Amino acid sequence: MADLRTDFLGISSPNPFWLASAPPTDKEYNVRRAFEAGWGGVVWKTLGAEGPPVVNVNGPRYGVIYGADRRVLGINNIELITDRPLETNLEEMARVKADYPDRALIASIMVPCDEASWKAILPRVAETGCDGIELNFGCPHGMSERGMGAAVGQVPEYIEMVTRWCKQYYDRPVIVKLTPNITDIRHPARAARNGGADAVSLINTVSSITSVNLDDFSPEPSIDGKGSHGGYCGPAVKPIALNMVAEIARDPETHGLPISGIGGVTTWRDAAEFMVLGAGNVQVCTAAMTYGFRVVEEMKRGLSQWMDEKGYTATSDFIGKAVPNVTDWQYLNLNFVAKARIDQDSCIKCGRCYAACEDTSHQAIWMHEDRVFEVNDAECVACNLCVDVCPVENCITMERLAPGTVDARTGKVVVEEYGNWTQHPNNPSAQAAE
Amino acid sequence: MSQGSMAPGIAAGRLDSATLAENFQDLHPPYAPHEAAVAADRCYFCYDAPCVTACPTDIDIPLFIRQISTGQPEAAAQTIFEQNILGGMCARVCPTETLCEEACVREAAEGKPVEIGRLQRFATDTLMARDVHPFTRAAPTRKRVAVVGAGPAGLACAHRLAMLGHDVVIHEGRDKAGGLNEFGIAAYKSTNNFAASEVDWLMQIGGITMKTGVRLGDGLALASLQQEFDAVFLSVGLAGVNALRADGDDKDGVGDAVDFIADLRQADDLTTLPVGRDVVVIGGGMTAIDAAVQSRLLGAENVTVAYRRSRARMGASRFEQDLAASKGVKLMFNVQPVAVHGNGAAREVELAYTVEDGDGALTPTGETVRIKADQVWRAIGQTLQGSPDGLDIDGGKIAVSEAGRTSLHGVWAGGDCASGGDDLTVTAVAEGRDAAMDIHARLTNTG
Repeated sequence: MADLRTDFLGISSPNPFWLASAPPTDKEYNVRRAFEAGWGGVVWKTLGAEGPPVVNVNGPRYGVIYGADRRVLGINNIELITDRPLETNLEEMARVKADYPDRALIASIMVPCDEASWKAILPRVAETGCDGIELNFGCPHGMSERGMGAAVGQVPEYIEMVTRWCKQYYDRPVIVKLTPNITDIRHPARAARNGGADAVSLINTVSSITSVNLDDFSPEPSIDGKGSHGGYCGPAVKPIALNMVAEIARDPETHGLPISGIGGVTTWRDAAEFMVLGAGNVQVCTAAMTYGFRVVEEMKRGLSQWMDEKGYTATSDFIGKAVPNVTDWQYLNLNFVAKARIDQDSCIKCGRCYAACEDTSHQAIWMHEDRVFEVNDAECVACNLCVDVCPVENCITMERLAPGTVDARTGKVVVEEYGNWTQHPNNPSAQAAE
Repeated sequence: MSQGSMAPGIAAGRLDSATLAENFQDLHPPYAPHEAAVAADRCYFCYDAPCVTACPTDIDIPLFIRQISTGQPEAAAQTIFEQNILGGMCARVCPTETLCEEACVREAAEGKPVEIGRLQRFATDTLMARDVHPFTRAAPTRKRVAVVGAGPAGLACAHRLAMLGHDVVIHEGRDKAGGLNEFGIAAYKSTNNFAASEVDWLMQIGGITMKTGVRLGDGLALASLQQEFDAVFLSVGLAGVNALRADGDDKDGVGDAVDFIADLRQADDLTTLPVGRDVVVIGGGMTAIDAAVQSRLLGAENVTVAYRRSRARMGASRFEQDLAASKGVKLMFNVQPVAVHGNGAAREVELAYTVEDGDGALTPTGETVRIKADQVWRAIGQTLQGSPDGLDIDGGKIAVSEAGRTSLHGVWAGGDCASGGDDLTVTAVAEGRDAAMDIHARLTNTG
């Protein structure tokens, strides 16, 4: 069994699976049970400033998007930061950390955007003995209306400023949690790095309305007939998160900045994907909220199994391994020519490939007598839609045309050399490759 | 105190009423809403879906299943009823394993088709439970059509004609409408008096008058119907039963499976219905299976289906065969009856083993076997009986061209009595519906 131990910012944990700052990490009772279940670390539910705690709604605070069989694909929430007194949280954190020294314990913090507020809370957090802090610049609902959370995360200057305060008044690692509710994730990441952040974590939740009740015309979750946008998370947001992680990992200005990957991690495979795109570890919330803490067991066993199969002995062997393969569109090899191939033996004749191609793509699939489907190479642009909609795995595949063969669609001979848009004759800015 | 399976001869009350109620409950219990959602989600929404091609009534199956998965079973039912007004009964009795579900691509992929029949039942039951009729009649045309026979073909024809604004009078020989839906289907396929409720629900369209107890050739003449009405649709079914052609087939205890099935369906109290200790059913179709299974469910100790050809040639589907086997019915193949033995009442059936050549001709091997039988059900096919003069006959049935036109002008026919088709409820519905459209075109001069 591969060694899952992870060193993130000098914080060691027995595995890369941390629980994200969220309802599951709200209090000592949960966190102890999470550690007993095997989680490598916990980011404690976000702490607010000293004084009367925030209050939450007293109606439903979660909405959901289902897939087949009520499988949870996404949850949105309108819950705020911890609604328990600061002192209570700090005492509990100290106790938990003392009892679980081998696990990572991170304090998530959100206080008003002024130096005094941060200066006041940081020493008290440090006293708990926790391993680091995470700045909640991501929460898109409620707190953002009060100038905190995503309201900070959407202004790179604020991120840099607050991060700098934290590095000044706190001597352990500072992680900046980013909101996806911006145009270009690289700007807040650069700001965090410029402010001295040790790492970024992303993504926080996506602003969302999950559904609308068509009887009372209120967004869900509905509180007395009204709804407010919430933060969306779970498997549905994973593709958005993967891209943002990769963008930061390959941006020359932030390349090498440690990343804690968040966004729909549900299985070992999700975690591995985040990690090969540059995340040093992952944080999980929705999977735990859907299946309970025990779900981490599959993640640990699965990642370990995959590492054994690949011959990796440490997570550092594969972290960032896919980053060099994330590129700009303009550098994709336009001389790579593929065609769809349908395996007649495994085809079940549903015709979805035909409907998709005929109605919405390139009319490149013939439907012959007896529902035999065949690709017309003269029209196939290898778009992959037939592969995507085919219910049978590996029934339709994309096969590269060997160099020297003629592409029936273009009539051109496929060449072996790499050639991209920057060199293409149709590109007005092309550089002649002479 | 029940008699038990071992009571000799033909006896009522072999099982107590609680056991009988359990035995005759729904063969396929209805889906709960979540079960239906999960089942519906398995549909791939195929292009030019093979299931639709396989459905004699061309129900847009992928569409109605999608409507179930989007939370609108009533709308799904509407999609079904537009093509098949008896979609509720067909959901129960269609041999889906040889129709839509056999064609389902998931049958090819995993041997486990989308459960189209049960989904159809979920949709149709949901709408019918609201006791609203989803169609309204067109403006009256003042045209009148006579339908003879209130089975599936007649009902489907009458409903479509009524919907199009014509006035319909259905003439039914029995005292109750429904035809084989009411009298000829195993009880566990149509529980809670469904056939009768379905007729009532169908009649809500309006414009249909139901006359029962009137039979062609028995006070009712085709010629007078032709005079009185603008068109006539014959859906009289097959009232005759093929003879056994075996010595001793007039002994007590020998009877027609269709009568047994009808008696069972009409029985108020199954403990009063007699059944043999040793029952032999001669035949290989659905009627044979229905009679055999129900004999077992009533408490017969030994039930045997004796079919003269091989399993592969059996009319009843493999699903039906397996259902029978699971209820303890013994299936015998390549045996045909040569004699019923017994002193006045049947005691044994003598069967001769057969071999079948490539052309389907049967030759006895010379070997015979005698099995105990105090009740013998003939289920070797039904025949057209009392067809009015002047109608061309083809293969023992009323000859019809496309859309059910007979050789007589203004007379259409459909269902089991008409040539072509598979003698299934669903084909009868299709034939009734299509004849109605043809009649409508003729009556409105649009055809």
